[in-house]
Amino acid sequence: MSDSPVDDEEVRHVAGLARVDLSAADVERFTDQFAEILAHFETLEEVPDVESEPDRVNVMRADEVEESLDQDEALANAPEREDGFFKGPKVS
Amino acid sequence: MAHDAFITEETIEGDPDGPLAGRTVAVKDNISTEGVRTTCGSAMLESYVPPYDATVVTRLKEAGATVVGKTNMDEFGMGTTTETSAFGATTNPVDPERVPGGSSGGSAAAVAAGEADLALGSDTGGSIRCPAAFCGVVGIKPTYGLVSRYGLVAYANSLEQIGPLAPTVEEAAELLDVIAGPDERDATTREAGAESDYASAAVGDVEGLTLGVPTELLDGAEEAVVDAFEEALDAYRDAGASVEEVSLPSLEYGVAAYYVIAMSEASSNLARFDGVRYGESGGFEGNWNETFAETRASNFGEEVKRRVLLGTFALSAGYHDEYYERAQDARAWVRRDFDVAFEDVDVIASPTMPVLPPRLGESLDDPLRMYLADANTVPVNLANLPAISVPAGESPDGLPVGLQLVGPKFAEARVVNAGALLA
Repeated sequence: MSDSPVDDEEVRHVAGLARVDLSAADVERFTDQFAEILAHFETLEEVPDVESEPDRVNVMRADEVEESLDQDEALANAPEREDGFFKGPKVS
Repeated sequence: MAHDAFITEETIEGDPDGPLAGRTVAVKDNISTEGVRTTCGSAMLESYVPPYDATVVTRLKEAGATVVGKTNMDEFGMGTTTETSAFGATTNPVDPERVPGGSSGGSAAAVAAGEADLALGSDTGGSIRCPAAFCGVVGIKPTYGLVSRYGLVAYANSLEQIGPLAPTVEEAAELLDVIAGPDERDATTREAGAESDYASAAVGDVEGLTLGVPTELLDGAEEAVVDAFEEALDAYRDAGASVEEVSLPSLEYGVAAYYVIAMSEASSNLARFDGVRYGESGGFEGNWNETFAETRASNFGEEVKRRVLLGTFALSAGYHDEYYERAQDARAWVRRDFDVAFEDVDVIASPTMPVLPPRLGESLDDPLRMYLADANTVPVNLANLPAISVPAGESPDGLPVGLQLVGPKFAEARVVNAGALLA
């Protein structure tokens, strides 16, 4: 599909935005598959404008202190922790 | 166990008394259980142990049920066969060479094989109804907002609901009665279902009921599926119901709209899996972004990467209007089509799945073909409606075929009543 919006460069760009490393083989495979899948998604061009009445209400409540997980429970699944905090990689 | 229905087998005792006392329930592994690992079928969460129970699990315990384990599923609910699980495939108890459907395949297989009396699944685009159909059991996808999603690990929040699987409609309705109703921890829940008694509606009295059959949902179906479906319709006619054709032209765009919306929401929801707060950490060297990208590359499977990337693409600058906005228009159209159809008919009937259960390994190489198999189930999620899948008969080879009945919002009692004619 020559008019596909995705080439290998676009797949690498999107993978960067999504923070997922891809191998060269992944990029090649996804580029082909995305062309086919996006061609199907493009049928949405034929969808007429539809007036929709969103069935939404704001659900508000008072901001009150309630019982919640304690710090140890909240940190229990962290691969690394330090002094009661999550420990992550370097920011830059 | 024989069909690999469970990722984790663990007994969690409920209260001594209650409507589900003495019953065993299998729980899909994307529903949080305090102290019992909850993997979502992903290597990313292989050792994740939730510090709290999902609301539905609290309600199961209060109802006296015994949880017997956490069931296998497509990774994060992304699949139609349960083969994308990082823990291996589950086999279909009806035919071990075939898939049980998905993504709640472990829950359906556990019920079909008698390894649990009842099960909970979740349904984002058919993930309860598809495996129910493929394994020959009953599954209900409730109206959006009937059941709390608190503690359900999110895949696509605007589409998904937790619901029951069981051998019969009455038992599925009993389990739905236990989990339905408002929850202050899920602001999308409604008052509906607070004092529900869906179980007593399971009588199969269809005298005077009108079933609408959308021509759009029969077009691509396999012959054996259509034959079983037509026989099921005859049973409804014999019991005093009438059947008429309806047309919902928007349904042709259901799969495209569903996948654009679900993938977009998934790309955002799965951003939290970075190996810092929970989940597997790669322990990689490098800066924040590089470490995240390596952790996610090694712990997400192929289908999850595909959906996260396509969702990121559909929301990205320059493409948002072309994909995401148009998918929302299609969603509004699907809703309106159902509203119009329900002015003339009471329930909408179709085969649950247009195909018979595929053989293991058959579906994974062609993602678009797998997505198109969801054509009959995804419109229900786009329109936030309740639907049931009940066994409708068998193919000549003895493979189960499911009948899907869809009702208007919060008309669970109506689809339960109608479904009870067959199971």
